[in-house]
Amino acid sequence: MPKKIIMSIYYSITALRKRLTPACRLLLAAVCALLVVIVFMSINVKASWEFTLTFRGKKLITFLLVAFCISTATLLFQSLSNNRIITPAIMGFDSLYILVQTSLVYVLGSMQYTALNSYLKWVIEISILVIAASYLFQWLFIKKHYNLYLLILIGVVCGVFFHSISALMMRMLDPTEFSVLQDSLFASFNAAQSELLIVSIVALSAIGIFLYRYHHYFDVLALGKPMATNLGVNHSAMTRVCIIVITTLIGLSTALVGPVTFFGLLVVNVAYIVCGSHYHRYLIPMSILCAIILLVGGDVLLQHVLGYDTKLSIIIEFIGGVFFICLILRKKI
Amino acid sequence: MFRIFLPLSLLLALLSISSILIGSHALHFDAKSLDIILISRVPRTLALILTGISLSVAGVIMQQLARNKFVEPSTTGTVESATLGMLVMLIFFPAASVFYKLLVACISAVIGTALFLLILRRVPLRSGFLVPLVGIMYAGVLGAIITFIAYKYDLLQSIWVWIQGDFSMVLRGRYELLWLAAGLSFIAYFSADKLTLAGLGKQVSINLGLNYSVVFVWGLIIVSLITGVTVVNSGVIPFLGLVVPNIVSLLVGDNLRRSLPLIAMSGALLVLFCDILARTINFPYEIPIATVMGIIGSFIFLFLLLRRAS
Amino acid sequence: MIQTRNLSLYYAKNPILTDIDLSFRSSGVTSIIGPNGAGKSSLLSLVCRLQAPTSGDVTLNGESIHKLDNLQLAKKLAILRQENHIVSRLSVADLVCFGRFPYHQGRPAKEDLEQIDWAISLLELNEFKNRYISELSGGQRQRAFIAMVLAQQTDYLFLDEPLNNLDMKHSVNVMKTLRKAADEMQKSVVLVMHDINFAASYSDEIIAMKAGQIVHQKSPEDLMHDDILSDIYDMPLKVENVQGKRMCLYYL
Repeated sequence: MPKKIIMSIYYSITALRKRLTPACRLLLAAVCALLVVIVFMSINVKASWEFTLTFRGKKLITFLLVAFCISTATLLFQSLSNNRIITPAIMGFDSLYILVQTSLVYVLGSMQYTALNSYLKWVIEISILVIAASYLFQWLFIKKHYNLYLLILIGVVCGVFFHSISALMMRMLDPTEFSVLQDSLFASFNAAQSELLIVSIVALSAIGIFLYRYHHYFDVLALGKPMATNLGVNHSAMTRVCIIVITTLIGLSTALVGPVTFFGLLVVNVAYIVCGSHYHRYLIPMSILCAIILLVGGDVLLQHVLGYDTKLSIIIEFIGGVFFICLILRKKI
Repeated sequence: MFRIFLPLSLLLALLSISSILIGSHALHFDAKSLDIILISRVPRTLALILTGISLSVAGVIMQQLARNKFVEPSTTGTVESATLGMLVMLIFFPAASVFYKLLVACISAVIGTALFLLILRRVPLRSGFLVPLVGIMYAGVLGAIITFIAYKYDLLQSIWVWIQGDFSMVLRGRYELLWLAAGLSFIAYFSADKLTLAGLGKQVSINLGLNYSVVFVWGLIIVSLITGVTVVNSGVIPFLGLVVPNIVSLLVGDNLRRSLPLIAMSGALLVLFCDILARTINFPYEIPIATVMGIIGSFIFLFLLLRRAS
Repeated sequence: MIQTRNLSLYYAKNPILTDIDLSFRSSGVTSIIGPNGAGKSSLLSLVCRLQAPTSGDVTLNGESIHKLDNLQLAKKLAILRQENHIVSRLSVADLVCFGRFPYHQGRPAKEDLEQIDWAISLLELNEFKNRYISELSGGQRQRAFIAMVLAQQTDYLFLDEPLNNLDMKHSVNVMKTLRKAADEMQKSVVLVMHDINFAASYSDEIIAMKAGQIVHQKSPEDLMHDDILSDIYDMPLKVENVQGKRMCLYYL
C-alpha cells in the first residue's frame, strides 16, 4: 500500500512539473517565501509586540539581504565559470574582510577607530574589500591563458595568507585594542548593525538594477567565452563587472553575518532543480526566494520547533557541506 | 647529493643550537638553566625537527597517492578527519589515555582520506588545479561538521586552539610520540621506489608488476598515522607538506629514493626557522608557529602556483 | 573583404602560425585543408577575434577587427568551433535563438523568430525543436549548432569541421545548404575540412595549410593533382576522375 501511495505521489509530481511554467513556479516560491516570513514574524511572541517587531524585523531584513547576496553571488560566479560546484565564498573574502578590519584597528588605534562615523567606516571597509579583491582578479585576468580553477585556488591560498597576517596582527595588539576589534568582528544574524543594513540596502538596490538590466548577458556568458565573443558580447569587460558585483555581494554578506561558505552552493543547486528554466531572468529570483525560504524557515524551525540553541549559520554550513559532498559523488563537475 | 647534505646539516646544527638558546628565560651556567634546557628547550627542538621531517614526508606521499603536486594532509581533509576523531574522543571518552585518543584520531584520518581519494575518482579532472580545490572544499566541509559538533558541546574554542600548531607547551615526556611519526617516515624511505611508481598511476604500476592497491593502502596508512600523531601532539602546521616537497622537486626531481632524505631535512629546517621567527618577532611573547608558517607557506604556495601557470 | 597581414601565433616558443597573408573572398565557399597540427583551427580563432595574435593583424574592409565594435562585428562574422561544450540545459529553439542575440540582445522580435524558424527548417530540425540539446544525438546536436550560426545572418561564416558526427545524408545536405547560402545570400562561407573530396566538390577556392603556413591557395581544379596533394598530406595520393569530378581516393 505505501509503495502505491509513493508511486502515485511521484507520478503526480512529475506530471505537475511538466505543466508548471517557470513563471508559475516563481509565483509559487514567492507565496511560500511570504508565508515563511509571516510565520517568522508572528510565531510564539512572548515579549511585547513593539519589541518583537523591531527585533525580528531587523533580523528579517538581515536574512533577506544575506539571502540576496549569497544566492546571487554564487549564481553569477557559477555562470561565469561554467561550473556547478564552485562557490566564490571559499576564496578567502572573509579573511580579507578580517584583515581589513584588523589593519584599520592596528593602524588607527582603538580610539580613532571607535570615533569613526559608522556609515563611513562600513563604506570604507567594503570599498577596500571590493577594490582589493577586484585587483586580485583583474591582475590574474591580464594573463592570457588564465585557468579559472587556478584563480580560485589562488584566492583560497590568499585567504589563508590574509588570515595568518590578521592572526599575527591580532597577537600584536594590546588587550583593549583587541576587544574593540573583537566587537567589530563578532557578527551574527541577531546582531547586525543598523548602519551596515542601510549601506547594504543602498548597494543591493544598485546591484538589483544592474541585474535587471543585464540578465540577458549572463545567459550568453554561461555559454562559454568563445561562444559569447562570437555573439558580440565583450566577455572580459562583462566578466570584470561581474567580478566586482560578486565581490561586493560577498563582502556585504561577510560584513553582515560572517563567513558562510556552502549555503550558496546549496541554494543555487536547489534553484536549478526547481526553477524549470536556465534563463537568469527566472534563476536569479528563484535562487533568492529559495535562500529566503531556507534561511527564514530554518530559523523558525530551529528556534521554535526544535528548540535548539545552535547558531543557524553553523547548521547551514553543516547541511550545505554534506550536500556538497553528495553533489560531487552523484554528478560530474 | 652529499654536497648538498653537508651545508644543510651544518645549517641544521646551527638552527638547533639557536632554538635551544632562544627563550624567555635567559640562560646562565647554573642548575636551573640546565633544567630548562633539558626539560623544555631540547625537547622542543627535537619536537620541531621530528614534526618537520614527518609532515614533509607525509606531504610527498600524499602527492604520490593523489597524483597531484598541490596536495598535502591539510588540503585533503586528513587533518580535519583526525581532528574529528579526537573531538569524538574528547566528548565521549574524555578520560581515555593518550594512546586511545591517538588510535581513534589515526583511524578517522584513514577513513577521511580514503573518502577524499574516492571522491577524487568521481571527479573528472579537467584541470590539475581542481584536485587541491576539491580537497580544500572537502576539508571545509569537515571543518563545518567539526564546528557543528564542537559548538553543541561547547568545545569550539578549545578545539580550534588545540589544532593550531604550537610548540610552546612542549616538555620532556610530552612529545615522545613524535618519534613514532619520524620513525614512520624512515620506514617510508624503504618503500620509496614503490611509492614513486604508484605516483605514476594504476595502469603504469600494474604494467610494471607492482601491487598497486597494497602500496596505495600502505601509503595511506603512513600519511594518516603521521597526521594523527601530529594533530594529537602538537597541532597542525599548514602547507608544510606542500611547499617543501615542491621546492625539493624543483631542485632534484621526483625520484623519491633521491629526494626523500632531502625533503625530510628541508622540512626540519623550515620548521626550525619558522619557530625561531615565531619566538623572536614579538619577544618575549610567542606567536604560534602555525601563524608564521601560514604566512610563509601560503606565500611560497602562491609563488609555486603562479610559476606553474605561466 | 577580410584580410590577414603577417599574422603569427606562438605558444611559448612554439610557432603555430607563421606570417599568414590571406584574403578571404566576400562571397562563395572557401575550404581550408591540411594535415593535423597545420594551424587551421587557430587561424579561424584569430580571424574571428576569439584569440589575439602574437603579431600581425586581421582587417575587415581595411579596419582592424580588434578596433571595431564587438557587437557590430558579431553581425558581420560568425564562427562555429569544433568543440562546443554547453553546461546549461537548452532546447534547440533556445540555442538557435541565442544565435540571434547580437540583434535582439535578449528580447527576440518577430523578425528574429522568423529567422530562427527558417534556420531550424533548413537543417531539418523541426521535430527536435523543443528537445534539450543534451538529449540529441551527436549529429542532431551538430546540426543545431549549424542552425545557430546560420541564424546569426552574417556576411562571413567560419565553420571548423562542420561535418563532424554527421551521417552521409546530412553531410551532403549541410554542404548543399552552405552552398545555397553562398550563392543565394551572397555570403562568404569558410570551412575547415578534413575531407578533401567534400572540399573540392563544393568550394570555389581551397586554401592548403601545412606546419603553420599557407602552401597553396587555388581553385579545386588546380589543386586536385597527385603531386600537390601528396606534398600537402605527406602521403602518396592519386586523383581520379569520377563522373566528371576530380576525387582523391585515399582509403587504401
